[in-house]
Amino acid sequence: MNIITKERSKQLTNMKFFTALLLTALCSFIAGLYFPWWSLAVMAFLVALLVHQKAGKAFLAAFIALFLLWGCLALWIDIRNAGILSKRIAALLGLESRFLLILITSLVAALVAGFAAMSGSYLRMSPRKV
Amino acid sequence: MRIIPFAISTVVTVGLVTVLSMKWGPAPPFGKFLSPQQGFWQNAEPVDKDFSADLKFPGLKGKANVYFDERLVPHVFADNDDDAYFIQGYLHAKFRLWQMEFQTLATAGRISEVIGDRAINYDREQRRMGLTFAAENMVKAMEANPQTRSAVNSYTAGVNAWISHLTESELPVEYKLLDYKPEQWSNLKTALFVKQLTKTLAGYGYGNDFQYTSLLSVFSDDEIKMLFPYVPDSLSPIIPKGTVYPEPTSVAVKPGNSDSAYLKKTDSLQIFKTDKPVPGIGSNNWAVSGSKTKSGAPILCNDPHLELNFPSIWYELQMHTPSFNAYGSSFPGIPGVVIGFNDSIAFGFTNGGIDVMDFYKIRFKDDSKQQYWSDGQWKDTRIKIEEIKVKGGPTVYDTVAYTHFGPVMYDKSFTNVSSGGDAFAIRWKAHDESNELLMWWYLDRARNYEEYTEAIKYLECPVQNIAFASKKGDIAIWQQGKVPLRWPRQGVYVMPGEDDSYSWQGYIPQDQVPHILNPERGFVSSANQRATDETYPYYEPGDFAVYRGWRINQQLSAMQQITPEDMMKLQSDNHNTMAEMFRPALLKYIDRSKLSAEEQNLLGIFSSWNLENDVNEKGPSIFEAWMDTLSVKVWGDELSKIKDPITPHKSTLVDCLIKDSAFRYADDINTPVVETVSDVVTASFKAISPDLLQKEQENKLNWGNVNTLTIYHLLRTGATPFAKAGIANGGGSEIVNATRKTFGPSWRMIVQLSATTEAYGVYPGGQSGNPGSRFYDNFVDTWTKGQYYKLWVMNESEAGDQKVKWKMSFSKE
Repeated sequence: MNIITKERSKQLTNMKFFTALLLTALCSFIAGLYFPWWSLAVMAFLVALLVHQKAGKAFLAAFIALFLLWGCLALWIDIRNAGILSKRIAALLGLESRFLLILITSLVAALVAGFAAMSGSYLRMSPRKV
Repeated sequence: MRIIPFAISTVVTVGLVTVLSMKWGPAPPFGKFLSPQQGFWQNAEPVDKDFSADLKFPGLKGKANVYFDERLVPHVFADNDDDAYFIQGYLHAKFRLWQMEFQTLATAGRISEVIGDRAINYDREQRRMGLTFAAENMVKAMEANPQTRSAVNSYTAGVNAWISHLTESELPVEYKLLDYKPEQWSNLKTALFVKQLTKTLAGYGYGNDFQYTSLLSVFSDDEIKMLFPYVPDSLSPIIPKGTVYPEPTSVAVKPGNSDSAYLKKTDSLQIFKTDKPVPGIGSNNWAVSGSKTKSGAPILCNDPHLELNFPSIWYELQMHTPSFNAYGSSFPGIPGVVIGFNDSIAFGFTNGGIDVMDFYKIRFKDDSKQQYWSDGQWKDTRIKIEEIKVKGGPTVYDTVAYTHFGPVMYDKSFTNVSSGGDAFAIRWKAHDESNELLMWWYLDRARNYEEYTEAIKYLECPVQNIAFASKKGDIAIWQQGKVPLRWPRQGVYVMPGEDDSYSWQGYIPQDQVPHILNPERGFVSSANQRATDETYPYYEPGDFAVYRGWRINQQLSAMQQITPEDMMKLQSDNHNTMAEMFRPALLKYIDRSKLSAEEQNLLGIFSSWNLENDVNEKGPSIFEAWMDTLSVKVWGDELSKIKDPITPHKSTLVDCLIKDSAFRYADDINTPVVETVSDVVTASFKAISPDLLQKEQENKLNWGNVNTLTIYHLLRTGATPFAKAGIANGGGSEIVNATRKTFGPSWRMIVQLSATTEAYGVYPGGQSGNPGSRFYDNFVDTWTKGQYYKLWVMNESEAGDQKVKWKMSFSKE
């Protein structure tokens, strides 16, 4: 019984993690169509409020969500563009390769989202539970 | 809730967002810039992007279709003229918005708004030159005329139709880099674009008044006349020698005191530093009559030489309406086809180089600049307070006084001079009200020689040589512009502003400006040389080239059965005429006994050179270095007394040394011995040898290594990766293929006016101004190889042709 509960709760935690991840990515994408780039921070924060996880997990879910979202978007754009612009912008920013530029693009969004989600998690977390 | 961790992570988040939204020096705000949904990634255009669209604008009057061919050249078919100009404005904005706005902001002296305080001096100079004043006067003229009024209003509406629908993510990448937004386009901006061009082609570099004036402290006027001859020996003028000119109907009266007050040798050293004419700005055009062509139809060619940039100053298009069908190159910023052809005629431009800007010394009553002394009384100035907004800094105010001559460009508060802040006003033809747009409006529709002459009279400034050819078989060239009537030497030096007898006294009558129709020799041509020989009855100072015109006239005279392919070869001609004329003299003067074995070798390379400035030749590298050093050695000792001297043209050096082996300036006045021409020629060769031998050892003596071309982005070193460097194209200054460092033929066009027009063209750029587009620089390689695209004068019945890749349809609702 105990074991089953443990596994069940583990499953639940995993589900929560992936739900948060997907929801953050989806909401950030939609918000990005209409609002400034930092709307992703608001989305990550709200999702972390809604889908409650521990701070570290919340950070990680949002981090991965935006890392993948911006990374995949940039990569997709770059492939369709045959790297014409990213080569130029990478050189302009003093980066050695356009893949580094895609990496930095992903990291910028990932970090902001991660911290925003952490805030969301801390806001909801009650001190007793820890 | 856990307050402390929450606070920390929130502070970190907000901090990150803030830092990433801010602009750091020249770097863009990173969050916004890197966003794949709004930032630069959005400018990375899919290589298979579909440009087709169905567009509706209430500003349109009827229906129109735009067919884009495989080079992204639009063929505009509109059912009325206004819509055609609206669509041209829309397309210019869609593909070139950033450059249009940046160039006009620069002209208006508003760059500080974009890049901050490092542009303040540049902005002040633009404003003190009165460029906005000039543009405002032009707006009056173009809005007073019904044709240009509706053309420019429609054009402006088209540009704004694009700007109004522009989303953050669609902004050109330069806006994202510099973090600012476009404002609405206006008729004034169109006029500013024309004035920018006028400044390049007839700005103060072509007068050099300050530099010539400072020469008066070392030389007499007669000596200066010898050093800067009015008609060089090797001039092959635009109007053939021997042409008889009618008696002048207008004459300028020379002021009584000019010998003592104006032309006298001055003792005080005046030290002014001004812009010099940019070597490399020039152009070639010519038209050959059917009697000299294989097809029997005239051929017109043009290649304007400008600073080459990305995005290119040119945008190719075809405009078809019930009233005209023009094809050619246009300037993003103004309506119409600028260099091109229609169903009946073709036209092309080169710069006239005539001085139409003079400086007058002004005596203000006091520092308030409110009154100045003129013809025995104090006259009021008009004071304009210039407000220069600065990004990230306080607004700068500048007070500019306007006299009856024009704005006082230099005074105590603005001086790149160590003169103690004397005041100088500009009299510049470009400040006067004129409507150059009307010339293009008529040219695009002209059907014959008479309509061409009617059209070009609207060009007042800058002076241009306008070549013409028609399907009827006529060829012609006019050196068109409103040129001040001058007494000899008027306007060469800075003039006294207190005495009105030094003012301009009128203009050369339109029917007497240099022109020629169907000359006997079967061709007309121009290449920035003086248009006429000394028998032309009007005095026209200016800045002119020599050898390109000589070469083109010599080649065209010799050619028969000409084909468009022959013309392509001539536009890419690398023959060094100056070297052809001067090499025998150099080889005669050089004292071989003073040369080492290695230097003898180098001289051997030079003497066996085929006189072509081709990329694989070493001769041009030796010749150029030799000429530069020789010029310094001959003139440098005398000119060293002047801080910012103007050096005589290379042709003066060539002509003088060929004529006179005891040329007096060959002597170095700083040594006790008297050097001869042989001494100075030998010494300059020995001076350049170490560097050239070093290059030879490193295998870098080829002209292709020495004269490499860089096409910069308009932001220059601020966006080096947007440039294309290391282009080896041969040519050089004073070479028909005038490719040099950052300059070159900016649009090469060849039009054979046969029953069906056969035209070719290419420019070193691409139709899109977006560095993220495959159409950004795709013409460059074709241009570098001296190849051309066949220009497709499309008929709307060919809408189904394979060459049509995309279609935009425009309608009212």
